[in-house]
Amino acid sequence: MAASKAKKVVFDPLVDNNPIALQILGICSALAVTTKLETSIVMAIAVLLVTACSNFCVSAIRSFIPSSIRIIAQMCVIASLVIVVDQILKAYLFDISKQLSVFVGLIITNCIVMGRAEGFAMKNKPGVSFLDGVGNGLGYGLVLLFVAVFREVLGSGTLLGFEILKLDRNGGWYNPNNLMLLPPSAFFLIGFLIWIIRANKPEQIEEA
Amino acid sequence: MPQRDSMIGTLLAATVLCVVCSAVVSVAAVGLREKQEQNKVLDRQKNILDATGLARGEYGLPAAELSKEQIDELSSWISEKLVDLETGEYVTDMDPAKYDPREAAEKPDTSVAITDVKYDPGVDRREKIAKVYLVKKPGSEGEFQQVVLPVYGKGLWSTLYGFLALRSDLETIQGLTFYQHAETPGLGGEVDNPAWKAQWEGQKLYDEAGEPAAIVAKGPAPSGSMYAVDGLSGATITSRGVTTLLRYWSSDDGYGKFIKNLNEQHAAKSGS
Repeated sequence: MAASKAKKVVFDPLVDNNPIALQILGICSALAVTTKLETSIVMAIAVLLVTACSNFCVSAIRSFIPSSIRIIAQMCVIASLVIVVDQILKAYLFDISKQLSVFVGLIITNCIVMGRAEGFAMKNKPGVSFLDGVGNGLGYGLVLLFVAVFREVLGSGTLLGFEILKLDRNGGWYNPNNLMLLPPSAFFLIGFLIWIIRANKPEQIEEA
Repeated sequence: MPQRDSMIGTLLAATVLCVVCSAVVSVAAVGLREKQEQNKVLDRQKNILDATGLARGEYGLPAAELSKEQIDELSSWISEKLVDLETGEYVTDMDPAKYDPREAAEKPDTSVAITDVKYDPGVDRREKIAKVYLVKKPGSEGEFQQVVLPVYGKGLWSTLYGFLALRSDLETIQGLTFYQHAETPGLGGEVDNPAWKAQWEGQKLYDEAGEPAAIVAKGPAPSGSMYAVDGLSGATITSRGVTTLLRYWSSDDGYGKFIKNLNEQHAAKSGS
């Protein structure tokens, strides 16, 4: 019973209840950081850690949080964790942290983190809340990676910095699609992803 | 233990939470500061190397891809000098390594207010004594091949800090690169785009009358222009900020007197 619940909270958000594809949360950063796979991986890990740890912390103190200030209290926990993550990135992954720039700080306003803290961690025990955070972080990360792979290959001809398609300006044949380097392309890709998921899982389609 | 939802309970919970959170944040910030400072220094060296084109010229790679040893090697070609911007003369009685111009710009006694200037860079004060970098390849002729001048000014959201590298004629731009800013990624943030930065190479900083003339155009640069580079699309204010800061620092309010002094020395030497 306990094991099956743990499995459910981790794996449900991957496809069946994906925070981006089904709940359409956290779109802003999915547009901004996905031009390269490398930054997306770091961002995905950062969000995963923040969601998991904030869920754990909020759940651990949920019986002490007065209901009148509960949102602020959650924000306080989330913001502190995000600052810690940002400081660590600046110390150990300086180049990537420069590329991610404000978007690490903006994890604070990522609705997924807040949504899981308010929607799950306030009602569940710390352990399972932590797993729920991991699951949702993974769900978010999967979408980020999907988008980033397409954007980097089609937009820059590289993957993780390695050349996949030789660009015409470097003497190759591939004329890169500049749209892929701009944020709107992530909208299209997320749209296609949602289409694919819902074509296979018709129960996700909302009633019109 | 007071009731959770009572006034006292609420205040207590809020206080405890704030203290704990601020302690966590402070520990992280203080504990990692040294490492972050090292990263910043290395990053600044890389940016000087990028502005001067040395990394690409010597190793064919952008500075970001050089090893620490290669960066140290190239950095040893670069010597730091202090310049009194009021007179344009070198300051010799201070140690450049120990002088931080960013810090000096904030203190009232080592900085001057920027008022009544032709090109307003949007910052309130600048340091009286600036730190410049002379690039001289070991064993080469002449006093230097390039001069690197730190420049800064306001963009849309943030102050842009960067380096302007000039060739030895002191009017041709070798490169311009910004190492710190918080402009909108994808719009003003494109000041970091290598393709845009590459346009500066070979452009002139001054017109024939010696007036500051470098400019970020609105839209594409007029073809054949000696002074203009393309505007950053969607970033009018950042583009204007870059123009203004370049003109401010190249005018007599900035490095103008220093550059004139260097030119005179140069002329005197070649005349003798």
